[in-house]
Amino acid sequence: MATLDLDRRNLGGIAPLDEDEVLAPGHTPSTITDKITAIVNDRTPRWWYAAFGLSLMVLGMFLTAVIWLFWKGTGIWGINIPNGWGFAIINFVWWIGIGHAGTLISAILLLLRQNWRTSINRMAEAMTLGAVACAGMFPILHLGRPWLAYWLLPYPNTMGLWPQFRSPLIFDVFAVSTYATVSLLFWYTGLIPDLATMRDRAKTRVSRVVYGFLSLGWRGSIRHWNNYESAYLLLAGLATPLVLSVHTVVSFDFSIGIVPGWHSTIFPPYFVAGAIFDGFAMVLTLLLPLRAAFGLHDMVTDRHLQAMGKVMLATGLVVFYGYLIEIFFAWYSASNYEWFMMRNRIGGPYKWFWAALIVCNGLIPQLLWRKSIRSNVVALWLISMVINAGMWLERFVIIITSLHREFLPSEWGMYRGTIWDWMTFIGTLGVFMTLMMLFVRFLPMIAMSEMRTLTPGSGSHGAAEEPA
Amino acid sequence: MTTRRSDAIDYDDRIAPGDHGRIYGTMAEFATADELLAAAHAARAAGYRKVDAYTPYPMEAVVEALEIPRSKMPLVVLAGGIIGGLTGFFLAFTTQVFIYPWNVGGRPYNSWPAFIVPTFECTILFAALSAVVGMIALNGLPQPYHPVFNVPAFSQRASSDRFFLVIEAVDAKFDRGETHRFLSGLNPSEVSEVEL
Repeated sequence: MATLDLDRRNLGGIAPLDEDEVLAPGHTPSTITDKITAIVNDRTPRWWYAAFGLSLMVLGMFLTAVIWLFWKGTGIWGINIPNGWGFAIINFVWWIGIGHAGTLISAILLLLRQNWRTSINRMAEAMTLGAVACAGMFPILHLGRPWLAYWLLPYPNTMGLWPQFRSPLIFDVFAVSTYATVSLLFWYTGLIPDLATMRDRAKTRVSRVVYGFLSLGWRGSIRHWNNYESAYLLLAGLATPLVLSVHTVVSFDFSIGIVPGWHSTIFPPYFVAGAIFDGFAMVLTLLLPLRAAFGLHDMVTDRHLQAMGKVMLATGLVVFYGYLIEIFFAWYSASNYEWFMMRNRIGGPYKWFWAALIVCNGLIPQLLWRKSIRSNVVALWLISMVINAGMWLERFVIIITSLHREFLPSEWGMYRGTIWDWMTFIGTLGVFMTLMMLFVRFLPMIAMSEMRTLTPGSGSHGAAEEPA
Repeated sequence: MTTRRSDAIDYDDRIAPGDHGRIYGTMAEFATADELLAAAHAARAAGYRKVDAYTPYPMEAVVEALEIPRSKMPLVVLAGGIIGGLTGFFLAFTTQVFIYPWNVGGRPYNSWPAFIVPTFECTILFAALSAVVGMIALNGLPQPYHPVFNVPAFSQRASSDRFFLVIEAVDAKFDRGETHRFLSGLNPSEVSEVEL
């Protein structure tokens, strides 16, 4: 896999970078178009087949696990009483949290006029869609009778039944389905002008027809851009409160319950921060190999890595503060159950999970204070992987340490995932990677129309702005 | 696609009247954004009104130069959001109070604070849908055919790195020869007629 060599920088006449720049000097609208369309139009690199094949195999594992689940029921999983929520909910929260970084990058950073978002937003939004698709499957698989999932939706039916609108589980249905829809709309809207470019650059008739169909006949009329810019900005304004609401609503699944360790007002902000923390880690996990593979160092620059490292550090500190304040309030509540839960979390049978969580999410991210670490691709990638694992552990700790020692000692019990739990979880990584591989191969992975505004002389606001 | 959806694109694909010949308009191609902007100002100053610019990325300065009215998108999205919010709340309210009342721990049937979440989510959902559908509709898309693509340079480079200005044949001041001369004087890399 020679193409993965980090030094193969496909810069082609582009001057070296200053560390603050979001785009290498020397780029013009045509070099940007050439470079990004070439990723799709050139021959498929050999490593792509290898990566796609591996993703498909893992996807096959997911399908196997799910078929067996449909055949036998949720009894093949490790869930029991009292641990009614196991891997399915852990994975749901983990995946949905990962999606949040994509929306943060594409919407919130757009409103804040952070022009370093431009080259990574398309990929981050694709990651959001893949993550939400994986997340959305888990509550449905967990239903026991997943073929009745449509009962969750409000629709007139002969049974005269309606969803219970006071339940956070129904809140979830609304929040997650809205989030998936709006993420898709936002991503597609951003893609329309680039699909038109792909149509105009298509090498075969089939691709011209397909891209042409998807681009809706976009022709770049200034009147169209006028409506488009307005719509895009409005979508960003809508996605911003939405993304904050989604993980808030997910945290309601816990905090509205009375289970010790869940019934806490800190959950919404702490969950949202955790989502962004983990989401940025996943963006880096994907972005760093893709940047190397496609030689995108001139568009995804050191400044992007610095900025993402800083966001991870900041949100990681919020999360760590959340861990500490949970301990404080368990004690300060003077509730036997809360304080027992916390002592059991730190020193009980799952103490190693908690310790690993603190190491992964609390201690290791402190390395990001150092600029040299934030610029070191390998270190940054490894830290991202540690954070991904740490945030999965966080959800495990929240869910299992609270459930396995509930109020009555007679209902205490242990939990562990079975082989089917693991296959389903790892399998969704295959679903996710398959979607991402298809995305990088068939769609422009960097927003060309937005990148063009960053070139000097573009006459657009993007270029006029100095990097802040 | 002959239905008129907005006055902003009212004339976009109307056939040239009278004996201007069967053309859509005259197109000038520019290599840089600055040249296009200058040309847009010049065309406006020369009294042309049915002028459109085509750019590979959004350029607010050209929108201003051509005095294009403010986009109606915010109103569309506001309407969508209000409808969505009302839908979300009354969906929860009517089902929980009238159609399917269910006593949960003695809470009132109209436990409106709990209904805020579906209300909020429906507001966002409807507003976002109206933003995208509204943008597509206001732009008269999807449009399978448009005359500007008949110019080879346009269909190859308009979406990448070239800037185009079209004075349309429906413009009152449009004259095949005169308009061609006018555009040729604006430092374009090429001027061509757009066939229908």
